[in-house]
Amino acid sequence: MSDTKMNIKLNKGSKLQGDKKENLSPSEKVFNVFNYLFFISFMLLCVYPFYYIFINTISDNVLSARGMIRFIPQGIHFGNYIQVLQIPNIYHALMISVLRTVIGTLLTVLVSGFLGFMMTQRKMWMRTFVYRYFITTMYVGGGIIPVYLLFNQLGLLDNFLVYIIPGMVSAFNMILVKTYVENSIPHELQESAEMDGAGIGTVFFKIAFPLMMPILATLAIFSAVGQWNSFMDTVIYVTKEDLHTLQYVLYRYLSQATALANIVNSGTVSGEEVSANMQTAQSIKLTVTMIVVIPIFLVYPFFQRFFVKGIMIGAVKG
Amino acid sequence: MIQTKYKLFLLVVPFMVFTFIFAYLPLWGWLYAFVDYRAGRSIFEMDYVGFKWFSMLVYSEQQIYEILRVLKNTLGISFLSLLFSFLPMAFAILLYEIRSIRMRKIVQTLTTIPHFISWVLVYSVVFSLLAVDSGVVNNLLIDLGLIQKPINFLASSDHIWLKMVGLEIWKGLGWGAILYLAAINGISQDLYEAARIDGAGRFRCVWHITIPGLLPTFFVLLLLAVANMINTGMDQFFVFSNAMNKSSIEVLDLYTYNIGLLKGNFSLATVISILKTIVSLTLLFSVNRLSKTLRGESIF
Repeated sequence: MSDTKMNIKLNKGSKLQGDKKENLSPSEKVFNVFNYLFFISFMLLCVYPFYYIFINTISDNVLSARGMIRFIPQGIHFGNYIQVLQIPNIYHALMISVLRTVIGTLLTVLVSGFLGFMMTQRKMWMRTFVYRYFITTMYVGGGIIPVYLLFNQLGLLDNFLVYIIPGMVSAFNMILVKTYVENSIPHELQESAEMDGAGIGTVFFKIAFPLMMPILATLAIFSAVGQWNSFMDTVIYVTKEDLHTLQYVLYRYLSQATALANIVNSGTVSGEEVSANMQTAQSIKLTVTMIVVIPIFLVYPFFQRFFVKGIMIGAVKG
Repeated sequence: MIQTKYKLFLLVVPFMVFTFIFAYLPLWGWLYAFVDYRAGRSIFEMDYVGFKWFSMLVYSEQQIYEILRVLKNTLGISFLSLLFSFLPMAFAILLYEIRSIRMRKIVQTLTTIPHFISWVLVYSVVFSLLAVDSGVVNNLLIDLGLIQKPINFLASSDHIWLKMVGLEIWKGLGWGAILYLAAINGISQDLYEAARIDGAGRFRCVWHITIPGLLPTFFVLLLLAVANMINTGMDQFFVFSNAMNKSSIEVLDLYTYNIGLLKGNFSLATVISILKTIVSLTLLFSVNRLSKTLRGESIF
């Protein structure tokens, strides 16, 4: 049954590509079936975990805690989301995550845009040295302790700025902008503007910046995802609770959940006390997970078209 | 009026100063490796101890054992993932053999999702799927009669390297394939036409055209991966480590964090960072030289 279905699909596909060879050899047919099976299973492996968590957050919490929700949600309610967002430190962590994502992304995109553009200015004094000076930072680093002690001296520990300042100048992003400007913005544009008396500032803001939008959008998307997902910086540099990000709060819930589960198992707290929309350790964990995942899923369709561009320019030599 | 060339230079100077502070000043901190660190003092007031901390690394039998264990974990995990580094290429080739463009798009869209999920989230997802009391995996296995008692997958060190590399593959396979798909699109269609006229079937086309066309890309990525063998990063291992698996999951980066920030041995951790930087730069340059000799092209 499913084989014939797949063959129909395949034939349709080959017509789409204008492939004239319609009759496949038996070995090719077998190959096609297995190929489709492989990709369908791998897709399920990529999607099902998120689906599983989602249906567990909207289902009856008692059934969920017993592991009864596997494929179909039951007793649908949205109480988990409403209650979890009311937990003060989760709401606060969400704000910190949003702030660092927005400010951090804006800063690094502006700085990379400017530096990348400046690196295309052939007239600059010592340009090769300046370029190498930035590039070297990609290969040499001080290591965790020297950086930690430096941040300590700069007063960046337990400071919101530690999320947005150190990553502001990124040599990698600079290369991407430089390559883009060199390949897609004709130098004559700048020359003719300079003839009319425009300074470097005018050239950058009025001419180059608007034309750089495609590459800046790509950078913005990737650095926003990076900021949102960033986690180790909180672990290393932050102890103050009101600077914890959502990722970190989720991590803490996860490590505590083991302890909570142990209490439940040892019988001090009985699992039966849980009612349908009362919070359990698990429901909080899963709901926070969904809250962290959802923004990524929301922007995902928009930035998908940047993937190939992003990865290809990354492959171009600096 | 300053000349244009100096003006352009002056405009980037603030960013050079910034980079000096955040990227070059930490190198000055390498000096901590040569002193006895004391909190709250300037480095000039600390006692100079020469290479004491370097020899501390191999001072006692126990310390040697520790270092060897951490190196074994780091290289073991890296080596395993090198072993599987052909997978994104295979994924791309197989995906290209699916003739329906719509299906290909769906596969690509759905399989790249895990790449954009942080390791904390991966941990959370894996944690809830594999949970002992309510996780779907254990429940299904029990219902199918394959196991009697739920297995606590995460709280054991059995096959932990394989588990870590498996998760890495799950996360990166779809994303890694994008580069290869772009490379396949770059292969001239004429080659396939010509081969087909000569009577080559699909499999022969793949074997004689697609794979040779992708090997240069594969080679570059492989060399870069070799150069990065000791830079495993620590996010993944940090979130997945626990009391049960700690000894076989602790990689070099995580070890540096543990002895430096958790145990407070700043000097020893700095020594490890220095050695790590030296080794990884050496690896990078040797790999680049290898690439120059073999392909006549450098990789960076």
